[in-house]
Amino acid sequence: MHQLTIAEIIRGLRDRQFSSVEITSHLLERIQQLDGHYNSFITVTGEQALAQAAAADARLAAGDAPALCGVPIAHKDIFCTNGVRTSCGSKMLDNFVPPYDATVVDNFQQAGAVSLGKTNMDEFAMGSSNESSFYGAVKNPWDLARIPGGSSGGSAAAVAAQLVPGTTATDTGGSIRQPAAMTGTTGLKPTYGRVSRWGMIAFASSLDQGGPIARTAEDAALMLSVMASSDSKDSTCLDRPQQDYTASLNDSIAGLKIGVPREYFGEGLDGEVGARVQEALKQYEALGAELVEISLPHSKLAVPAYYVIAPAEASANLSRFDGVRYGYRCENPADLRDLYMRSRGEGFGEEVKRRILVGTYALSAGYYDAYYNKAQQIRRLIKQDFVDAFQKVDVIMGPTAPNPAFKLGEKNADPVAMYLEDIYTIATNLAGLPGMSLPCGFAHGLPVGLQIIGNYLDETRMLNAAHQFQQATNWHQQTAPAAE
Amino acid sequence: MAVDAQTVEKLAELARIAISEETIDEVSSRLGDVLQLVDQLQAVNTEGVEPMAHPLDEIQVLRKDAVTEPNRREEFLKLAPQTEAGLYLVPKVID
Repeated sequence: MHQLTIAEIIRGLRDRQFSSVEITSHLLERIQQLDGHYNSFITVTGEQALAQAAAADARLAAGDAPALCGVPIAHKDIFCTNGVRTSCGSKMLDNFVPPYDATVVDNFQQAGAVSLGKTNMDEFAMGSSNESSFYGAVKNPWDLARIPGGSSGGSAAAVAAQLVPGTTATDTGGSIRQPAAMTGTTGLKPTYGRVSRWGMIAFASSLDQGGPIARTAEDAALMLSVMASSDSKDSTCLDRPQQDYTASLNDSIAGLKIGVPREYFGEGLDGEVGARVQEALKQYEALGAELVEISLPHSKLAVPAYYVIAPAEASANLSRFDGVRYGYRCENPADLRDLYMRSRGEGFGEEVKRRILVGTYALSAGYYDAYYNKAQQIRRLIKQDFVDAFQKVDVIMGPTAPNPAFKLGEKNADPVAMYLEDIYTIATNLAGLPGMSLPCGFAHGLPVGLQIIGNYLDETRMLNAAHQFQQATNWHQQTAPAAE
Repeated sequence: MAVDAQTVEKLAELARIAISEETIDEVSSRLGDVLQLVDQLQAVNTEGVEPMAHPLDEIQVLRKDAVTEPNRREEFLKLAPQTEAGLYLVPKVID
């Protein structure tokens, strides 16, 4: 049953082939048996899941089933869950049990989904390898000595290991797409503002966006249809009606104009990864799409601009963790200053502290114009590159990440090397555009991700292109070897 | 661009993050690497470019100033490390 996609589970439940309690129990058992190998979950909510599943079965029997009724999912531990510990991968929030649900969590509940628990992640979503989690690194199901990507590494690994068919995740600089690429799963970051950030613990507010990780584009579309909504509680959330993102999956892509940015195939790209992406583009040509070479001239500035903007926003957002109202507090503070200094010094991990300090630097007196303002100007130049490109093309494609999954510990000592992992994904966040990663083959025996970048609010076209590729190929159906 | 230990100490103070003496050299060197990366921005001519705050240039939505949330003071206080008489407790600030 664990091989089933969300679309298949929906059909199976409605045709009474199995019940939600059956599939939920089966997956909970798998998590218990196997997750010791992967460490993809921080918290498993078995009892609650079975209660939700039983309620879903009753609704299915009564013929009153909402879109995802009885479908098991899991939430990245960045989304607040009422009564269930929400750690954000940090010692700072190890004891934090939110008194409310994030809008995303609420949306899935309204849709009848069953939550199996909370998935592991880089601390405060800062990382590309899932090694900065307070709860330990997540292992890639394709090779347990390798990283699953990050920051949504637990969400991606849990799907790749078939512990759950779909998970929620978040993407600030690539945190949905890069782990999807590393684990052979399908991940989607929507247009900035599509998905409410209310109750999603903030890292960099102008970049953060929630989205799904699943095994197919169709499943990602089913999840996004539930996940995206307008929300008066998040003033940056777009005021657009909920829509059915599966509606145009089956449209033909003949005549689709695919922009191929030459900057995404240069120095730093692994040769085998590049070859797999080229083969995927050939496949698209065979499906009737037209490849158009384009240029995104400011591409190389995306990583530096991001590492000003994201830390600056993080330093402001994470100032709320002060040891006073919730979260970690140090032992025996001498005075209030000592309470702040040690609670934050002890509660945050190294990467989080580093980014707060960089952000503090960029925002401090005398540096604001040279760093933050400059980066925001460059952000507009990067956006303009995309606006110009989308005059000529419908979607943009290239690699998701420059290399397949690297070894645990390999890039830990060098933050800048780790940052370059997101060289192809970060520009999309800076511009606020939607992006996806889907499996397109293997390099050095490990999954490779094809990235699709869509125009603003054009998720349906991106999903259509991804679905048509998956109808013609079976890379997304390859499964990681069983853990022993 | 190198960051000296004194700068790191100043930043740590501004950010209210205790950094131990033993790690300060490592932190300075790592911060220096990151600042070197972001210093690439300085070479770009951005004269006349409007800084971008929101990807879709949407403006802040205003809502009516109405009460929408119930008072859940007790629940929120329960999350705090130390409270007394309905208030958050911190070490003495004034004598």
